[in-house]
Amino acid sequence: VSCKIPLRLAAVLALAALTSATPSMAHVQDGQAQGFLSGIWHPISGLDHVLAMVAVGLWGAQLGPPALWLLPVTFPIMMAFGGFLGLVGIPVPGVEIGIAASALLLGIVVALEAKLYLALAAIIVGAFAIFHGHAHGTELPAGQSALTYSIGFVIATGCLHGLGILIGTVHKRPLGKVMLRLSGSAVAIAGSLFLWRALA
Amino acid sequence: VNHRMRWRAALQRLIWSVCVSALLATSANAHLVNTGLGPFYDGVSHVLLSPEDLIPVIAMALLAGLNGPAAGRHTLFALTGAWLVAGVLGSLVAKPLLPAAVTTGSFLLLGTLTAADRRLSPAAVATLAVAIGVLHGWLNGAGTGVVKPATVGVLFGVTSAIFVLVAIVAATAVATRPAWARVAFRVAGSWIVAIGLLMLGWELRKI
Repeated sequence: VSCKIPLRLAAVLALAALTSATPSMAHVQDGQAQGFLSGIWHPISGLDHVLAMVAVGLWGAQLGPPALWLLPVTFPIMMAFGGFLGLVGIPVPGVEIGIAASALLLGIVVALEAKLYLALAAIIVGAFAIFHGHAHGTELPAGQSALTYSIGFVIATGCLHGLGILIGTVHKRPLGKVMLRLSGSAVAIAGSLFLWRALA
Repeated sequence: VNHRMRWRAALQRLIWSVCVSALLATSANAHLVNTGLGPFYDGVSHVLLSPEDLIPVIAMALLAGLNGPAAGRHTLFALTGAWLVAGVLGSLVAKPLLPAAVTTGSFLLLGTLTAADRRLSPAAVATLAVAIGVLHGWLNGAGTGVVKPATVGVLFGVTSAIFVLVAIVAATAVATRPAWARVAFRVAGSWIVAIGLLMLGWELRKI
């Protein structure tokens, strides 16, 4: 019997049945997955952010332990502090300039392979992280989970540092050292362009 | 040709099956936790799918593991025991004594202690585990409503999942010898602090 019914008719009826399906009522925990994906996406959605965060990992790799892990630990905490300031309504002046300057300065320190005091390096990285957090930490799209957004945001940031550290492992080879310094120069050039645009 | 006809007939049967299934479907009234496998597995899935409980449990286990085998053993029983008792009491009272936002304090405290890699005595770690268990367990119990057999099943599922998680994570932290692994655990602690700070900001923004 079923073979006599046109296939197209059956398909149309199936489609109609699917489109008339009853709705799934509201979940108590809405927007969990969307929040996480939005959080993951935010830090990687801007080249200025990406370059600065990868440069933190590169610089850490150049400086070696304990800076290797101290800088990537400092950045997410201070970035979250910047996000916290934004969320409670405390303004941070010149956020875009600060982000652009972070790419420029971090690029310069990588290019120069600058061996600063550990505390000074942590202060520089931490200060710039506040700008990054203030800019991105507060941009939760409507209807999404703040918790999973925060988780995604922090994980993506940490992974960008990890990428920088991974790339920075070439520092052990003579040619790798040169390549790292060149990549630092590239980050600094990009940072100067971002700064130009922020000031314009 | 026979093969094609058989394929076509099978396709038609499939389409009709989809059609009938879709028409018979009822509204999906989603619960907080409902796996369809019973209250115990609802409790297990609650822990695994709720970052507000899962992350503090992992942080507590990491902190216990970083402080040695004795702290790990104490935490295993202190956290799960306190969680279960507070959960049952919370379901009897059926209302949270503190706002749920207080749980962000767990993120901040446990994350900071893990990131700082502070050496604590087993008794101090166990006390902390009891405090975390009471806070989160009470909120879990209050959220499940008036105590009944299903609620007890959910709480047993929750605490069983926590027991297994703490055992695995704390044992991994204790047994992992390389220095980089300890650094990785500390980095995880810093991420938990960062998440807690952002959560605190979101909660304050609501006020």
